[in-house]
Amino acid sequence: MNKNSNTYQILYAAVMVLLVGTVLAFIYMALKPKQNENIANDTRKQILSALHIASPDDSQVKDVYEKYIIQDLLVDAEGNIVDSAQNVAFNVDMKKNVKLAERQLPVMKCKIDDGSIKYVLPVYGAGLWGPIWGYIAVNDDGNTIYGANFSHEGETPGLGARITEQSFQDEFKDKHLFVDGEFKSVAVLKRGQKATNGAEQIDALTGATITSRGVSDMMADCLAPYSAFLKKMQQAEVVPVPEPAAIEEVTNDNQPE
Amino acid sequence: MLSKKNKEAFFNPLSKDNPVLVQILGICSALAVTASLEPAIVMGISVIAVLAFSNVIISFLRKTIPTNIRIIVQLVVVAALVIIVQQILVAYNYDVSKKLSVFIGLIITNCILMGRLEAFAMHNTPWPSFLDGIGNGLGYTMVLLIVAFFRELLGSGTLFGFHVIPQWCYNHGYMDNGLMILPPMALITVGVIIWVHRSRNKELQEN
Repeated sequence: MNKNSNTYQILYAAVMVLLVGTVLAFIYMALKPKQNENIANDTRKQILSALHIASPDDSQVKDVYEKYIIQDLLVDAEGNIVDSAQNVAFNVDMKKNVKLAERQLPVMKCKIDDGSIKYVLPVYGAGLWGPIWGYIAVNDDGNTIYGANFSHEGETPGLGARITEQSFQDEFKDKHLFVDGEFKSVAVLKRGQKATNGAEQIDALTGATITSRGVSDMMADCLAPYSAFLKKMQQAEVVPVPEPAAIEEVTNDNQPE
Repeated sequence: MLSKKNKEAFFNPLSKDNPVLVQILGICSALAVTASLEPAIVMGISVIAVLAFSNVIISFLRKTIPTNIRIIVQLVVVAALVIIVQQILVAYNYDVSKKLSVFIGLIITNCILMGRLEAFAMHNTPWPSFLDGIGNGLGYTMVLLIVAFFRELLGSGTLFGFHVIPQWCYNHGYMDNGLMILPPMALITVGVIIWVHRSRNKELQEN
């Protein structure tokens, strides 16, 4: 057969594409459940890491996660709890949760080993090459950051990708989201610069200006809607652990005067 | 198994016919992934694997591939292999796949792959093609490692993430050179390596 005839070329290309497509589709289908499980476990690890809990083996992540996370909450911009079904916060797809007007505000309530209560707030934003996201654990004073964990999809290795390093994430510990009772977030800035709104700040990463700015903007943008929720916590000093059934009452008790 | 020709296919790419230093291929990824050693190693291993297998597959198909669309065929094979590697990593080694995220995709655009498929696998039997793939992959990895070693050492003062420059150096005014982490210094480092390589291999020098 003539290798350069049109028929041969078209047939060759068609068969090849069909074959490769089938193989890839099959591999994708076969591996999908395993991949989804890995991704969910990875999210759990990120949340645990924001709480300074070392990640166990993949097989135990789920159990450990369920041990520490005592309740999933959705709150609204006024700080009221609107939903507390199981895993309701964990299942929020932050990728689709961007529009401010219809944004859901997931909160994961956690009880760590020393008995204190922490609230984990997910954040999601843009880096240089793609999305970046993270989990911010806040003390029950509604102000002090207990821990942070950041991840990214495709930031430059050695530069922007360093937001995943422990040393960077540890800098957020003990920073305050509120200054003089006003929500200010935490700014990530070049050494020597001052945040214009007076927010507390940490050093940006060398050579990763845009990713650092992305983290800074992400913190401000995603945590601001929680300010009413956090304020309520500050006013109540220590929010009692509500049993799932008692949520309505607790919410009412905490209404600001 | 290892005739003179096969040995050449394997060993030439390591020095005299190095894809990066002599053919100046794959420079783009050499700049992107060499800010530290760890990604450089993983990128090297991935390229060795994809290059060896795509060489073998194309070599098997070489007599059936229509000349006019050979580049497309090569690209489809490479892209399919890269996607398979990526999917398997996500399913069975999620942590590594996270570290590699962009690099895996970058392999498709690596000029060394198309170069070897076009120049070698299209004209040779599978076994030499396999050796050629491994050899070129190793040649590429070697250069990545040398560049990454200097960039990580001088740029961050670390190797594989461990601090190797002692604290007293910093106390006496030594500073990490932030410029080393940026892509331009990778290009200059590659240039210096090519300079040293050619000064030791006179036959490579052009007049």
